[in-house]
Amino acid sequence: MTAMVKAEGVHKSFGPVEVLKGIDLEVKSGEVFCLIGPSGSGKSTFLRCINHLEKINAGRLYVDGELVGYRQKGDKLYELKDSEVAVKRRDIGMVFQRFNLFPHMTAVENVMEAPVQVKGVSKSQARTRAQELLDRVGLADKAGNYPSQLSGGQQQRVAIARALAMDPKLMLFDEPTSALDPELVGDVLDVMRDLAESGMTMIVVTHEMGFAREVGDSLVFMDGGVVVESGHPREVLTNPQHERTKSFLSKVL
Amino acid sequence: MAIGIVGGVLLAVMRLSKNPVTSSIAWFYIWFFRGTPVLVQLIVWFNLGLVFEYINLGPFYKDEWSDFMTPFLTALLGLGLNEAAYMAEICRAGLLSVDEGQTEASHALGMSHAKTLRRIVIPQAMRVIVPPTGNEVINMLKTTSLVSVVQYPELLRAAQDIGQTSGAPAEMLFLAAAWYLLLTSVFSVGQYYLERYYARGSSRSLPATPFQKIKANVLSLSNRSSTTGGTA
Repeated sequence: MTAMVKAEGVHKSFGPVEVLKGIDLEVKSGEVFCLIGPSGSGKSTFLRCINHLEKINAGRLYVDGELVGYRQKGDKLYELKDSEVAVKRRDIGMVFQRFNLFPHMTAVENVMEAPVQVKGVSKSQARTRAQELLDRVGLADKAGNYPSQLSGGQQQRVAIARALAMDPKLMLFDEPTSALDPELVGDVLDVMRDLAESGMTMIVVTHEMGFAREVGDSLVFMDGGVVVESGHPREVLTNPQHERTKSFLSKVL
Repeated sequence: MAIGIVGGVLLAVMRLSKNPVTSSIAWFYIWFFRGTPVLVQLIVWFNLGLVFEYINLGPFYKDEWSDFMTPFLTALLGLGLNEAAYMAEICRAGLLSVDEGQTEASHALGMSHAKTLRRIVIPQAMRVIVPPTGNEVINMLKTTSLVSVVQYPELLRAAQDIGQTSGAPAEMLFLAAAWYLLLTSVFSVGQYYLERYYARGSSRSLPATPFQKIKANVLSLSNRSSTTGGTA
């Protein structure tokens, strides 16, 4: 299997605070890759670096063999223009903790928006496809509702459909269930499980250890801006090697 | 007013731009046009002919300044450019009110800055922009009375002139006031429907139009009278 995402010594600072202190990891194509760790460990920041919502300060980050946000010429890196970054982002879907649906559009319009505006798909085609995707996440009957008329879990499933509408080769999930009522978490995880079975490459920042254990192919535990431990989820979760991982897991599990 | 609104949106976007040149141009414009009285600006525009005798736009246009700067154009430019400065700050407030996550989500979908602004941010900013803009429109309508200083026959001046000749100045002033009131009322109704349009999605159901409210009230009244009629 080839590497979908590859990070080499990725550093990121916000002013004087160094959030990522050299991350090296590799995400294989078709894999479900889980990132866990305490808040402030840099896992969400790392995720946002992958589609260049945050610029990295040092190191290299590749998606599907291509540098993220930069072009290499000789030994130097040049930052890409905003429009070039936008083109690369089309292939990377992202789901946010707080959904970030467009509140002035109905569910189906939310899903149609990017294909119509970015890819130039005709409205009727986009609508049919959006309807299919909403059906896939179990919300076919909510197509005409505005986000404010949907529950958190329903909103998050629309957000997943919206990301899928661009036919991405990689999906990033930034704590997709952290803002949901416990009762609604299951629906969203079911959709993600389906997606994993369909062979989508997924990077999931999560606190759902059950999901990581069941669906995950690899798992990384991050703390203080570095990767502390990595391996198969079942091994890391049941038999952690590092003290830090042990103490974290003893509190969450 | 149209100049004001279009200019205001442009200036607000420029002001929020990451490019230091565009943002400082916008800052300077706002600083200047907001910092001097509109009455002074009007008089200055009108009297620029004292400084520049001719206006010369190369091969396109050449004329004496006093012919070019008619009272109407003075009014248009003076009020429009001044208004743009105020509208810029209103629009900026609106753009800043939209959650950062909206921009991020749009960028993550591969939409460009311009598309994000046009399709995602501005429609949401409008909810915040429309009410103070209504204020500005009404203010502007009333400010047109200042234009009388550059010999433009606007409403107040016309009313006074007729008052002088017909010998009924007080009546004509009342009439002028009534006209201002009528026009602002028309704008207020327009504003109500505009706000209603941009409120879609922000509350679970749209507020009723005045007509729907009246209908609902009448219906409930007639229901009540029929039920009380039944028990009595």
